[in-house]
Amino acid sequence: MKILIKLIIFLIIIPSKSFSFIEVDITRGNLNPLPIAVSPLSIDENSRQNFEKILKKENIGDEISKIIEVNLKTSGLFNPLNKDAFLQAPDIANLKPRFEDWNLIKAQALITGKVSYIDEKLRVEFRLWDVLAGKEMVALAFTTVPTNWRRVGHIITDKVYQRLTGEKGYFDTRIIYVAEEGPKTKRIKKLAIMDQDGANNKFLTLGNELVLTPRFNPTSQMVTYLSYFRNLPRVYLLDIETGMQEVVGDFPGMTFAPRFSPNGKKIIMSFAKDGNSEIYTMDLENRIVEKITNHPSIDTSPSFSPDGKFICFNSDRSGYQQIYVMKSDGSNVKRISFGKGLYGTPVWSPRGDLIAFTKLHKGKFYIGVMRTDGSGERLLTENFYQEAPSWSPNGRVLIFYRETKTDDKGEGFSAKLWSIDLTGYNERMVKTPTDASDPSWSSLLSN
Amino acid sequence: MKKSRIRNIDQGAIMKLNKILKNTLLIVFACFALSACATSKKTSGQMQGDVYTGTDTVEYLASGVPDRVFFATNESVLTTASRETLRKQAAYLRKNSKITIVLEGHADERGTREYNLALGERRANAAKDYLMTYGISSDRISVLSYGKERPVDSGSNPLAWSKNRRSVTVKAN
Repeated sequence: MKILIKLIIFLIIIPSKSFSFIEVDITRGNLNPLPIAVSPLSIDENSRQNFEKILKKENIGDEISKIIEVNLKTSGLFNPLNKDAFLQAPDIANLKPRFEDWNLIKAQALITGKVSYIDEKLRVEFRLWDVLAGKEMVALAFTTVPTNWRRVGHIITDKVYQRLTGEKGYFDTRIIYVAEEGPKTKRIKKLAIMDQDGANNKFLTLGNELVLTPRFNPTSQMVTYLSYFRNLPRVYLLDIETGMQEVVGDFPGMTFAPRFSPNGKKIIMSFAKDGNSEIYTMDLENRIVEKITNHPSIDTSPSFSPDGKFICFNSDRSGYQQIYVMKSDGSNVKRISFGKGLYGTPVWSPRGDLIAFTKLHKGKFYIGVMRTDGSGERLLTENFYQEAPSWSPNGRVLIFYRETKTDDKGEGFSAKLWSIDLTGYNERMVKTPTDASDPSWSSLLSN
Repeated sequence: MKKSRIRNIDQGAIMKLNKILKNTLLIVFACFALSACATSKKTSGQMQGDVYTGTDTVEYLASGVPDRVFFATNESVLTTASRETLRKQAAYLRKNSKITIVLEGHADERGTREYNLALGERRANAAKDYLMTYGISSDRISVLSYGKERPVDSGSNPLAWSKNRRSVTVKAN
């Protein structure tokens, strides 16, 4: 019956899109990325000169289209075509593309647009075209301050991704992570933040104290993390916009492993005392603390389901690290990981259907996903050491970090961020200026 | 024509040789595995089981009083040697009653970060509990877990990891 209803909904909603327009299937590993032409956004000479003065970029139209191109390519779902083969000039293409020309270079979709300088603002309009059907699929315009130009590129990518895949994008987002430097025995760690594509990297702490596991609030630009300030490991809150920090887990012991609840109003974390780690929540408005688990084993790495009704967490109550799910009040604790090896760092997908985890088996580390009842375990990637997956806001991509083995002399160590599709395809290193670990993906900055 | 025949013969000979080598290697491996099993319970180099028994990284609170104890993978159980070390520390602390200490618990790099933080805390508390049973007041002891953040040995091998699974007693004043 449910399937029938879904089918009917599908038939009512989808036909206008799917029968006449191209679509990209993101549920499978995409071995044939969609050929797409990103025509440079056209710009008039007056606007070009103004933006050159303000942004020190010779042609801001080109720059924005480059951002779109890189985003599309990185997603693994699209194949942006070489601009040298484009026959039509950008300004004319934006008015009325000659579809035969674009068809000739095998483009199935085409992005055109126009940039102008109006009242000291940046105005960008763009269009997405279905080349085979010869039709416009999306047409939008934005006006913003010129310094936002990179975000405009990301927002356009999100719109294109959403129109062609049917799901929200993840490009207008940021990654918070831990920047690492120095020898392994005296590692210096700082909080850092960057755009999803690695641009605008900024360090948020100086490295005077050890910091670990920053995580975004899904509803705002707040971050919770663990700091060893004054050698007291405690959970902190940081407002990225104002730089304000405050301690939230000031209990007589160590607080760690923090995450926000889906509505951003609570922090869930571990509190360790007398050799026992338990999971607690703290309401950020009234500071009321609730104890969620009650067991002499280690209970840590809690993560809420997106509806806030359940919590997955890591416990060794069976003897070794495994993944458990319980109701958000701590009742109905059920073990869900039963495969060979140890399981850690469970994170609930923002779509609600999967839990991502780290698995350790026979000296190898895996990043994988399983359904929330533990069925359907799928390992996406294997390596010497990797952990801590974090979901893209649309639940299609995971970012995690990977460390290399050191040689006989204990040298050659590095830690880098990597991303991989839920399908297990499209594994990529995410470039960072320093070594990096503990990534956390923000929600979309705009919608 | 001749050349290719020679090559064929050579290949045949090589294949045979390979087979012989494989068989002998298997036997050698089997012997090795047996002997490894036999010795792994005893001391093999600087480890017993996978607990570090060497002194490379050990410092001393006073003459004859080692500052640290070591643990097996994923364990927080004190070994016989660890208990002896902690009894020496307790005796030293009873004599020097003004000294307060921090017990720093650590894990090796072969685990997830957050679990290791909890594990380090559990290890340091195992040491704390033992010191308390030998008369050291809990007021004089604080506990600090570093998880896997502060290894003493940066190697990626079993010996290095065994040195890093530790609880270190540090004077706080």
